[in-house]
Amino acid sequence: MKHLFAKLAAILAVCMLLNASPAQASSATEAALAADPVAEKRLTKLSEELRCLVCQNQNIADSNAELAQDLRREIRGMIKEGKSDKEIIDFMVARYGDFVLYRPPVQGNTLLLWLGPIALLVFGLATLIAYQRRRAERVAAEDKPLSADEAGRAEALLKELDNK
Amino acid sequence: MNRYYWILGGFAALVALLAVGLNLNPRDVPSPLVGKPAPAFTLSQLAEPDKSLSPKDMQGKVWLFNVWASWCVSCRQEHPILVEFSKKVDVPLIGLNYKEVRGDGGFDMSKMPADEEKKLAWQRANRWLSEHGNPYKLTVMDLDGRVGIDYGVYGVPETYVIDKSGVIRMKHTGPITPEVLAKRIMPLLAELNK
Repeated sequence: MKHLFAKLAAILAVCMLLNASPAQASSATEAALAADPVAEKRLTKLSEELRCLVCQNQNIADSNAELAQDLRREIRGMIKEGKSDKEIIDFMVARYGDFVLYRPPVQGNTLLLWLGPIALLVFGLATLIAYQRRRAERVAAEDKPLSADEAGRAEALLKELDNK
Repeated sequence: MNRYYWILGGFAALVALLAVGLNLNPRDVPSPLVGKPAPAFTLSQLAEPDKSLSPKDMQGKVWLFNVWASWCVSCRQEHPILVEFSKKVDVPLIGLNYKEVRGDGGFDMSKMPADEEKKLAWQRANRWLSEHGNPYKLTVMDLDGRVGIDYGVYGVPETYVIDKSGVIRMKHTGPITPEVLAKRIMPLLAELNK
């Protein structure tokens, strides 16, 4: 067991290292850009919203893929030109499609994505309520006081037990 | 008993859904550029660096626009297919050499002057084409990848089919396979050239 933990810890450490190094590499090559902190903040915010298409589960703020670097350069250029956030996002969507957005827009083909979980929740709740109701009915139905006939039989059975 | 069939059915449906999902290609991102005019550019030609090319020079022709680079491994895979295509089919194939030097990853770009990058890019691209054959009517050089961004390039090789009026009609990401060529590209070219 101890051995396993040691292994896990080692793997975790390696992962953290791997994670850390790209950030350092990119900060070295992009050192000059940090000159304007306000623009840099906007860049970070924007690029966190945008997916890197090379390594699809990273945004372009985190990714050190070539393309992500290029796109950060483009965004930086657009910020310098005084473009609005919407203009910059539109620039990306026009080239890479909605897929580039980490938060998919609510529209026809994404309705299932947005409403699916809510629909599942409603379905689950409805099933649960229906089940509970049916169960309550069943319990109520079975919980009737014994009829005279049944009471007599129960009495007889109990007596039989006592006699044994 | 009845309800267990429900659960089993639900589980089977979930498995089917996941099976379909796993078999989709996550790289196959639909391009928003299909149906839109090919983004404009003016880039130097590989064969004659003093000359440039713009998409509007191709107006009136159906053409293929293929993104490649000598560092791109999958480009090697599709290259023989392109060479074959160029011999058989009378549709101009234009190459976009994408970040020949910068994309390689083996150079420290902060230490490379622009003219040296240019020289190296031309050298490498020319060498690659003389080694593997040149299927391109001509190739234009996108050293910094800006034109690539305009075309939404994210995984070289990529191929665009552009019609006579300069509208992108199809985009294929990744190497062209004989199937893609036969089933998707050739029929589309025939239709556009009608």
